[in-house]
Amino acid sequence: MNSIFYIAASVAVLSSVMAITNRNAIHALLYLIISLLSVSVVFYILGAPLIAALEVIVYAGAIMVLFIFVVMMLNIGMEEEIEKGWLTPKMWIVPAILAAILMGIFIYVLKVFHTETTGTEIISPKDVGVSLFTTYLIAVEIAGVLLLAGIVGAYHLGRQQKKVIHRFLVKDGSDKKEVT
Amino acid sequence: MVTVSMEMQILFAGLLFLTGLVGFLVRRNIIFMLMSIEIMLNSAALVFVIAGSHWMQTDGQVMFIFILTVSAAEVSVGLALILQMYHHFKTLDADALKKLRD
Repeated sequence: MNSIFYIAASVAVLSSVMAITNRNAIHALLYLIISLLSVSVVFYILGAPLIAALEVIVYAGAIMVLFIFVVMMLNIGMEEEIEKGWLTPKMWIVPAILAAILMGIFIYVLKVFHTETTGTEIISPKDVGVSLFTTYLIAVEIAGVLLLAGIVGAYHLGRQQKKVIHRFLVKDGSDKKEVT
Repeated sequence: MVTVSMEMQILFAGLLFLTGLVGFLVRRNIIFMLMSIEIMLNSAALVFVIAGSHWMQTDGQVMFIFILTVSAAEVSVGLALILQMYHHFKTLDADALKKLRD
């Protein structure tokens, strides 16, 4: 079981790194899906089967599909000049060394101090549901209102605007050029 | 079930969060910035589940569900904003938005 945790954790971290350093948006999204799936494995190992299922269904199934939908719609694939400069080694080597020192201190503290194990028992989905709809009932309702606001906001923002942005600006003339 | 120490699990969540933070700071493509935010939210939710599993309480998993809700709402609004940005500026570079006119 321990080796499964370590393997899933390293797959998650590695695929996240690949996701943020990839140039192609679709490839990065596929790496991100792999990262979410391995985090779901970690959830299952930790004794949270409901959360593991939710991670696969909602995160990897719904949210990532939204991302892929938008990327396919925009038909992007080219990278920018500034990012190329920022991904060169001399830009990030000194902050990386400083951050590595802090990371070493963190790992040392974890090694030295008392460690305790966790996840010895599975928390069943029934308990989660009972807690969700008794203790946290008002929060569930607030989350419903938040989702409603998200729907309304996405609909309002996602609408195609009218062609004339401002009454003094022509349709697609010189003002677009100087912005881009 | 698993006997990995809690510190290693927190370390794993911290590494995931760090990855998302670095991606948010380094990338200028706004879709990648939104993806990095997703990674960070996911790692924060992972810490909740780890803590809930450690003390054998259901509260951590309930918090995960709420974070999932917030993340879904944020992604839908953010992607709609990205679509609007692409229609207006014909680019996904976040630096194109630094001029606060038009």
